[in-house]
Amino acid sequence: MNISANKFGLPILCLSVLLAGCSSAPVDETTSTIEDTTVQTASLEMEMEMEAEKAAAMAEAAAESVNSADTVFYFAFDKAVLSDDSRAALIENAQFLMSNPRAVRLEGHADERGTREYNMALGERRANAVKDFMILQGVSGSMIEVVSYGEERAASFGSNAAAWSMNRRVELK
Amino acid sequence: MAHKTVSLRNPYSVVLLSLTLIIYPLTAWSELVIRVTQGNDQPTVVAVSPMIMSGVQLTEDVSAIVESDLQRSGLFKTIPRANMLAFPSEPEDVYFRDWRLLGSEYLIVGSVSLLTEGALELSFSLLDVNAQKTVFKHSVKGVEGQLRDLAHLASDKVYEEITGIRGAFSTRLAYVTAKQKDGSLVYRLNVSDSDGAREKIMLKSSEPIMSPAWSPLGDELAYVSFETGRPAIFRQSLTTAARKQLTNFRGLNGAPSWSPDGKQLALVLSKDGNPEIYILDLESSKFARMTRHFAIDTEPTWTPDGKSLLFTSDRGGTPQIYKLTVATKAVQRITFQGNYNARPSLAPDGRTLVVVHRASGVFHIATLDLVTGRMLELTETRLDESPTVAPNGAMVIYATKQGDRGILSAVSLDAGVKYFLPAKSGDVREPAWSPFLR
Repeated sequence: MNISANKFGLPILCLSVLLAGCSSAPVDETTSTIEDTTVQTASLEMEMEMEAEKAAAMAEAAAESVNSADTVFYFAFDKAVLSDDSRAALIENAQFLMSNPRAVRLEGHADERGTREYNMALGERRANAVKDFMILQGVSGSMIEVVSYGEERAASFGSNAAAWSMNRRVELK
Repeated sequence: MAHKTVSLRNPYSVVLLSLTLIIYPLTAWSELVIRVTQGNDQPTVVAVSPMIMSGVQLTEDVSAIVESDLQRSGLFKTIPRANMLAFPSEPEDVYFRDWRLLGSEYLIVGSVSLLTEGALELSFSLLDVNAQKTVFKHSVKGVEGQLRDLAHLASDKVYEEITGIRGAFSTRLAYVTAKQKDGSLVYRLNVSDSDGAREKIMLKSSEPIMSPAWSPLGDELAYVSFETGRPAIFRQSLTTAARKQLTNFRGLNGAPSWSPDGKQLALVLSKDGNPEIYILDLESSKFARMTRHFAIDTEPTWTPDGKSLLFTSDRGGTPQIYKLTVATKAVQRITFQGNYNARPSLAPDGRTLVVVHRASGVFHIATLDLVTGRMLELTETRLDESPTVAPNGAMVIYATKQGDRGILSAVSLDAGVKYFLPAKSGDVREPAWSPFLR
């Protein structure tokens, strides 16, 4: 049994042993084993709850950063030039990341027009343009991973100008 | 049923035969459904008499497969079975006048026989109706599960005899499908016969699969899979399904292309900051960098002699095709017409370059004659991409859109013949035509 590794498990175990000690019946091996199991289950549940809370808190923190500025940046056809809006949003994102450092992923995308492997290259070029700008703003390059999906993961399905403009993008994750 | 012993001139026996044939199950296309939309202006008329096995119900309608092969080439028109006055199996049983009246220029007759347990032989003859003679008599052997293969081999033989071009019906297709399931896409890498039948799934993933490429022997595929969360190049055997990850670099790992001798793989890596062409030696696992340019260099393909690579680069400002001599790494621009030429592949003649070409904002498949410099747009569909040339150089299969759905379509290199191969559901894309397989 691996109770020692669990800081919450130990006090509960002591408590249960204490309770067992209070009862008039002698503690036999079987009972204590059963109790140990219960304790471990309970502590595991607690641990899971704690983890979930921690994850929720992290998600909340992440959501704050998402809310503070746009994290999707759009591009013109066959271009990787950042728009003024994107630059403004990236400055905000960069400032947030410098005060709340974490590893980020830039996913580059293209619209469906043109060939797939060329679009992979185009998606990467766009993501690199975002990365370079973030580095200029002071974000450490080692914290940024660039992955291109080319035209493989459309944000908007459909073969029209509106869908295409939504798909030529870089997502900060 | 001893149909070969009854006189086929007897109208009752014909009726009897027709009934028997109707119950032969026509194997449904598993995923791809082929629809010929445009054929040759003056197709050769061929009649394919039902090729059956005496007393045994075959699992495949061999003649229907041959008919469908010949029709799909666009060069042939077939005589409907319902119009046939008799179903001869042997040249001796043929009354040429009947077939001449039907307008048939050629007639194929044949039958399947059991050699030993499980071993079959398809014997078939091609007859010239106008000359009233047998052009050839031929037979192919296989096991029971290979009836479709035998039928395609018969098609190959007939096609080559009449057109002078080697038949490519016995080849296969690899392609990627994407289907919505519970709000997310499921990607599959499939291999089927060249007519879409007998589809087999090679890989299924919730992450994108791209760029399948055949080994020159047709026994392996190289492709890009995002299953690790990043693009990586894999190779996978078609016989054992064993697979191996070949690359795992930061950035792009894409566009694999086997060298003609099968010993090397040209591919794209962006580990140095931007996409460059590399050659991976498959035995030593060593990478050799081929290009050195800040522009996009991608989509390498080998020339048949294995001495050069053709690739797409936007080093001139727009995507164009360039040629790289492997020994010297010297680069030379090939395309000059239009502001988008990409994804090069060479037809087996070595002089017809097939590309994705943009004209007036629309993406088409086009050919460039490397000798005359003449460019020809082959397709009228839009958003055309991923052209792949049949190993005999007769047809190109490419991906296009029908409404919002991705489908495969085929066009002959002279643009005269066209057919669609839509999937029954979902998107189908990135076709790769196998080399000759035997």
